[in-house]
Amino acid sequence: MAIFLTEHSKVIVQGMTGAEGRKRTRRMLAAGTNVVGGVNPRKAGTRVAFDDRTVPVFGTVAEAVATTGADVTVVFVPPPHAKAAVTEAADARIPLAVVITEGIPVHDAVAFQAHARARATRIIGPNCPGLISPGRSNAGITPADIAKPGRIGLVSKSGTLTYQLMYELSDIGFSTCVGIGGDPIIGTSHIDALAAFEADPDTDLIVMIGEIGGDAEERAADFIKADVTKPVVGYVAGFTAPEGKTMGHAGAIVSGSLGTARAKKEALEAAGVRVGATPTETAELVFALLADTGDAARHRSGR
Amino acid sequence: MDLFEHQARQLFEHYGVLVPRAEVADSAPEARAAAERLGGRVVVKAQVRAGGRGKAGGVRLAADPVAAYLTARQILGMDIKGHTVHRVMVAEPVEIEREFYLGYALDRAAGRFLAIASAEGGMEIEEVAARRPEAVARIPVDPDEGVTDAKAAEIAAAGGLPAEAAPTVRRLWRVLTEQDALLVEVNPLVRTRDGAIVALDGKVTLDDNARFRRPRAYAADTADDPREAEAAAKGLNYVKLDGHVGVIGNGAGLVMSTLDVVASRGARPADFLDIGGGASAEVMAGGLALVLGDPDVRSVLVNVFGGITACDAVAEGIVRALDTVTLTKPLVVRLDGNSAARGRAILAARAHRLVHQADTMDGAAARAAHLAA
Repeated sequence: MAIFLTEHSKVIVQGMTGAEGRKRTRRMLAAGTNVVGGVNPRKAGTRVAFDDRTVPVFGTVAEAVATTGADVTVVFVPPPHAKAAVTEAADARIPLAVVITEGIPVHDAVAFQAHARARATRIIGPNCPGLISPGRSNAGITPADIAKPGRIGLVSKSGTLTYQLMYELSDIGFSTCVGIGGDPIIGTSHIDALAAFEADPDTDLIVMIGEIGGDAEERAADFIKADVTKPVVGYVAGFTAPEGKTMGHAGAIVSGSLGTARAKKEALEAAGVRVGATPTETAELVFALLADTGDAARHRSGR
Repeated sequence: MDLFEHQARQLFEHYGVLVPRAEVADSAPEARAAAERLGGRVVVKAQVRAGGRGKAGGVRLAADPVAAYLTARQILGMDIKGHTVHRVMVAEPVEIEREFYLGYALDRAAGRFLAIASAEGGMEIEEVAARRPEAVARIPVDPDEGVTDAKAAEIAAAGGLPAEAAPTVRRLWRVLTEQDALLVEVNPLVRTRDGAIVALDGKVTLDDNARFRRPRAYAADTADDPREAEAAAKGLNYVKLDGHVGVIGNGAGLVMSTLDVVASRGARPADFLDIGGGASAEVMAGGLALVLGDPDVRSVLVNVFGGITACDAVAEGIVRALDTVTLTKPLVVRLDGNSAARGRAILAARAHRLVHQADTMDGAAARAAHLAA
C-alpha cells in the first residue's frame, strides 16, 4: 500500500518545461511514476517529449486536474513564483503537493501552508527531495536506483541522509521514504508520516531522521510514546553544531538552549526509540530489531 | 541573518517606531564627537550580535563626551561571547518609567508567527517565561489578516502593555512582514517619563531566502568570520567551527552528520561546508580551496553520497583544485552513490600522496580525525 504515494497516483509537474524540471520528470518516468501532465500557461496545449512518450502541458493546475484526474503535483517552480504555484494547486483542490524548491521565503511558506490547510491539500516540503514508494512511484528527486522495495518506512528532514540510509538498508528495502524538508515551516511533519506508517499494513518498522532546530522531534517522541506500536529507529544530526548558526538547512539552527540534537535524542530514547550515533550504526540497529521482531512482523503481514 | 542593533534601530525608525537619537562610532574620537552632537550625556553600546551585552560590560552610561571617549576605548576591542566589538552605538539616554517586552517570532509547529508581549521587560524573556509563564502572552497571528488595529490592541492588552503601545505593535508587524524578518524583538520597549513608547533595543533576524526581494541589501560585513563572508559571496553554505578537521559534503544533513562522526572519533571539525545538490566540479574545487585556506585545518574530509550529485564531478573538482593549490594537508575522500566508481577511478589515477580514499563514512571520519591529531 505504501503511504501518500502509490502506483495509482497520477502525478503532474509544475515547472516541467524548464531544464531542471525536464531532467527530473524524465527520471520520475523512468522510476515508474505515472506522470500525466505538466503545467505552464505559456506552453499550454503543447507536449513535452521524453524517451518513449510525450506528456501534455496544461495552462493551469485546475485544467490538468480536470482533464487527467491528477491527485499529486510536484513543484519545481523557482522561489519567487513558488507561492503562486502552490496556492494555485491548493485552489485546484489537489490532495497532495510535493514542493521540491529550495530557498522559499518563510513568509511565503506560512501563507501557502495556511491556504493549503484550509483546502485540505497536504503539502510535503518545501526544500525536500519528495517521496518515493520504491517500485511504485517517485514524486521528486530521490535517486530511484538506490531505493529498493521493502517494509521499512522512512521519514527524514534531510535528503542526503535519507540516501545514505537507503543505501545502507537497500537489502531490506522500503515501503515509502518521505523527505519532509529542512525548512522551518513544512507541510508534513514527522508526526504525520509516523501516523501514516503506523496505519500502513506494508510497513513493519519506521526509521526517523531528525536534525537540530525547532522541536518537531520532541513532539514526534511524544506521539510515538502514545500512538505508535511499530518499532522506531532514530537518528539525529547536528550534535557538533554551534549555537546560533544556520547549518545549511534554513531550519537547522540551535537557538539558545532550544533545538539541540542532545535534547532530541534524549526525548526519542525516553519514548523507547533506539537512536544510532552514526548513520551506519542506525542501520545496524534496524538489522538487529528486524532480527528480533522478524517472526512477529512476518506473522502480522501474513507472509 | 541577524542585524546589529544599530541596523534594527534604523529599520524601526523608518517604520515610525520611536527610537533614541543615536550614531555609530568605529573609534573613541568618533564616539566623543557623537556624544557632543547628542548633548553630552550618552549611553555607549557595543555592537555585537550576541545577547548579554550589558552583563559583559558592553553597555555603559557616559556623563560627558570625554567619558564617552574613555568608555568607547574600553568597549572597542572587547570580546563578548566570542564576538569582537568593532563598533559602538552612542545613544541619547532615555528617562524610563517602565520597561516592557514585545516581539514577533516564528511558531514552527503551528506554521505561523506569534506576537509575544510582556509587562516584564528588560530581562531575558525565556527566563521570565520559565519562571512565570502567565506573565508572557503569546498570541498567534493569522497570516491572511495580519496585525490590524484591533489585533494590536488585543496583543498589547494581553501582554500588559499600555494601550498607547498598540501603534508600535502594528508598526513592528510591518517591519516583520515587509522586511521578510523571522524575528523582531524589542527588549526593552519602554514608556518614558513623558509618556512616549520607545524601542530602546532591537533584535531583527532577516530571512536569507528573501534576499532576492529585500528593498535594501545588507553588506557581507555582517558575517562573523572572513571565510564565512567569502563563502557567502561564492554562494556556499559554510560555517567556521573551532576544531582542526575541515569537513566538506553534499547536503546539510549529511555534512552535519559527518561533523558528528568526526567528533565521535576524537577530533573537532574546523569547518562545515555543504556543496549542495548537483554540485559541479567548479563548486567542489572552489569549496576545497576555501577549506584548505583555513589555517586551523590540519586534515580535510570530503564525504559525498551522490544522489543528484555525481561523484565523478566531485572527483574532477578535487583534481582541479589539486592543480591550482599546492596541497600540504592530507585529504580523505569517501565517494558513494551516483557515479562513485568513476569518481574513485579519477582520484586513483591522479595518485596524489596526500589524497586518501576511504570506503565508508565512519572509516573516512576515523582516518581524517587521526590525521588531524
